[in-house]
Amino acid sequence: MLTCKEFLVELNEYLDDTVDVELRRRLETHVTECPNCWVICDTTKKTIQIYKGMQPQVIPGDVQARLLKALERKAAALRQKV
Amino acid sequence: MPATTEAGVFDESELVAKAREGDLEAFNALVGRYERKIYRLAKHITQNDEDAEDVLQETFLKAYEHLGDFQGQSKFYTWIVRIGVNESLMKLRKRKSDRTVPLDEPVDTGEDTVAREIAVWDENPEQRYSREELGKILDEAVDTLRPAFRTVFVLRDIEELSTEETAEALNISVPAVKSRLLRARLQLREKLTRFFKRKGDDVFAYL
Repeated sequence: MLTCKEFLVELNEYLDDTVDVELRRRLETHVTECPNCWVICDTTKKTIQIYKGMQPQVIPGDVQARLLKALERKAAALRQKV
Repeated sequence: MPATTEAGVFDESELVAKAREGDLEAFNALVGRYERKIYRLAKHITQNDEDAEDVLQETFLKAYEHLGDFQGQSKFYTWIVRIGVNESLMKLRKRKSDRTVPLDEPVDTGEDTVAREIAVWDENPEQRYSREELGKILDEAVDTLRPAFRTVFVLRDIEELSTEETAEALNISVPAVKSRLLRARLQLREKLTRFFKRKGDDVFAYL
């Protein structure tokens, strides 16, 4: 049986589903027998899901206005160079 | 006939082609697609609003000026993220120039993969909080990570770059990305447990 430490080292690959069949079987056996690792695995999975579900917030209006202004100036400057 | 079946992809290469000819309107359409992501990334890495705004501007100004260098082999998004990451790291280094920013420190998978806080979470723990509250909890948790872990986590799990793209953007090896991501995920899991754990419960209570 895998130790908890060995399980944790493989946790990312397990969650990202990049382990081979044999290792997956051993990891799954470990979580069914080790409640602590089951919790860590489950809550890490949820951590990743929650972050992936976050939409970026809208940029403050003044920040965006300054960005567009700066781009206009840059475009004008580049046109002059040509 | 456009060879691609995906309308979005075709639109984007069309926009890039027009922008490359100096069409600012086309470029602004690209800005509109990615400005929020670049701003979020810059805020996470620099942890400073003023720096994040500078990074946002510098990133798109550089992209506009150097669009000719964009080969079109990688995605436009990956290309622009790489510029954004570089600009953010420069800011971070400048601001902390009196201290070394340990972006290339050696990282082993030792001690702090050991979890201290182990508790079951609710099925959908995020629903306990409003969007604003949740955003604040998640951002603050990321901000407590060390820069080396934070940058990898932001690129892999927030901006959803691949392991290889992240390695390339940060100029570190693939194994380094993997070990840093593991530590970042485990540390965040532990920090978030405080907010998301099932109330009045611990792991052994129902076994």
